[in-house]
Amino acid sequence: MALDRATVERIAALARIDIAEDEQDALAGELSAILGWVETLNEVDTADVAPMTSVGGHRLPWRSDEVNDGGYPDRVLANAPDAAGAFFAVPKVVE
Amino acid sequence: MRRLGLADIRAGLADGAFSAVELAEDRLAALEGAEALNAVVSPMPDRALEAARAADRRRAAGEPALPLDGMPVAVKDLFCTEDVRTTASSAMLEDFVPPYESTVTANLIAAGAVLAAKTNLDEFAMGSSTATSHFGPAVNPWKATGDARPRAPGGSSGGSAALVAASVVPAALGTDTGGSIRQPAAFCGIVGLKPTYGRCSRWGIVAFASSLDQAGPLTRSVRDAAILLGAMAGHDPKDSTSARQPVPDFEAALGGGVRGLRIGVPREYRVDGMPEELDALWRRGAAWLEEAGAEIVDIPLPHTHYALPAYYIVAPAEASSNLARYDGVRYGLRTPAGTVEEQYARTRRAGFGAEVRRRVLIGTYVLSAGYYDAYYTKAQRVRRLIARDFEQAFERVDAVLTPTAPTAAFPLGEKMDDPIAMYLNDVFTVPASLAGLPAVSVPAGLDAEGLPLGLQLIGRPFDEETVLRAAAALEEAAGFDAEPEFVR
Repeated sequence: MALDRATVERIAALARIDIAEDEQDALAGELSAILGWVETLNEVDTADVAPMTSVGGHRLPWRSDEVNDGGYPDRVLANAPDAAGAFFAVPKVVE
Repeated sequence: MRRLGLADIRAGLADGAFSAVELAEDRLAALEGAEALNAVVSPMPDRALEAARAADRRRAAGEPALPLDGMPVAVKDLFCTEDVRTTASSAMLEDFVPPYESTVTANLIAAGAVLAAKTNLDEFAMGSSTATSHFGPAVNPWKATGDARPRAPGGSSGGSAALVAASVVPAALGTDTGGSIRQPAAFCGIVGLKPTYGRCSRWGIVAFASSLDQAGPLTRSVRDAAILLGAMAGHDPKDSTSARQPVPDFEAALGGGVRGLRIGVPREYRVDGMPEELDALWRRGAAWLEEAGAEIVDIPLPHTHYALPAYYIVAPAEASSNLARYDGVRYGLRTPAGTVEEQYARTRRAGFGAEVRRRVLIGTYVLSAGYYDAYYTKAQRVRRLIARDFEQAFERVDAVLTPTAPTAAFPLGEKMDDPIAMYLNDVFTVPASLAGLPAVSVPAGLDAEGLPLGLQLIGRPFDEETVLRAAAALEEAAGFDAEPEFVR
């Protein structure tokens, strides 16, 4: 499937990645080539095949709902680009 | 001390031929001398020497040796290491210092290992050349005869592979999502093992594609791969996909030989444009195993051709989801902007390189409304067919023999402008990844240009023992003892 500039713009917005306007054509070409190639999968009849979502198929383990780690906000925040008190700080999102 | 492997170090330390500190100092000096390989992102000399001193103290106190006591190991910079920066070779994590240790590296530390350096990789492990690294490409210690051009070490675990091949360290950790341990091992003339999915904990490894990622060893011998895997493996409650399987003595399996084993040779791996000498090496590999007593069986793996396109839907889809966490809020790069939405988009633009952006965009597209079933669900259905091909093959054979990569190491910079040409590097490694199977690459010979070529053995789930047994037989028959230009 050939992607147009508008589609590339829409995907980039969904992915939260800035794409410069002058990059959109080249990117549309690259992504279209990759999608065209993966579409060879349409040659395979998968009508009666269930999707494989994980390897091994073992049941996900359960554990009791108890706090077993934490209590060190300083270490959690040590890599934060911006922090205020015991919180991560971001630009204002609510007026 | 340069050529000592893990088994040699174990013996040398036990005999008192050298101390762990002497060995660590010698290898740390070698690391400093290997700068031309650009294989190291962050050296860890203080931590290494402290671990070596602890190993010597244990020996002096008469304590029994730990499984990796005093053994230097390099670590792909995708494993989080406490208080040592962990970058995934990305601008996004250039200054990230984890407050915790990954389970696999914690297991190695508990086993007495001397972690010596964090190694270069393709950004977020996405690539087959280590050239998408934010820190520049790692360099293969091998060169073609009469050709001065530097070669790619493969990827994404290219820094780890280059250091082991150049005999700077005896062993290194890698991770493999679609071939990122096995392909660099083949390009660099060393052994690289991807264990069964679930064999080693993924906890604390920067995630790329969670249903595929698996940690494994890169070493110069099959025995050393068995030794390192034994210390890495084991159930971990912190990784919900970690398997509750006992960890066997992998090293004990090596002496078994291949007499009576049935080895499958899949006709679909004979792809168009495959170099004749690679095809010849593959036939020779089968003949070696046959001479050692194995039975060679021609097998079909009919959906092989569709593994790579299925992988390039599943892996980017999972990557787009996993990499959503890099938003400039909790850790990693932040590019400030007036609104939080703008800040996300600018941060991710500045922090991700071209290949990572490409894969996140592809993944976002195949998971988006209206396309999910046509791409993502379709790929998951094909993935099941590929896994089923192997299940049926393993009713008839004990292991499968294939080439590891379709070519030898290419010159640095090649294939960078053609994503699909780069993706084709993984054509032989991706099927076992999709099926979650253990697979190893063994150096089997040199091509006409003097570059190493590898053969791959694939086994049943959690049957690394048979894979290693067959690999040991292949290793013995191949007698690969060539050394790269870098150390000659």
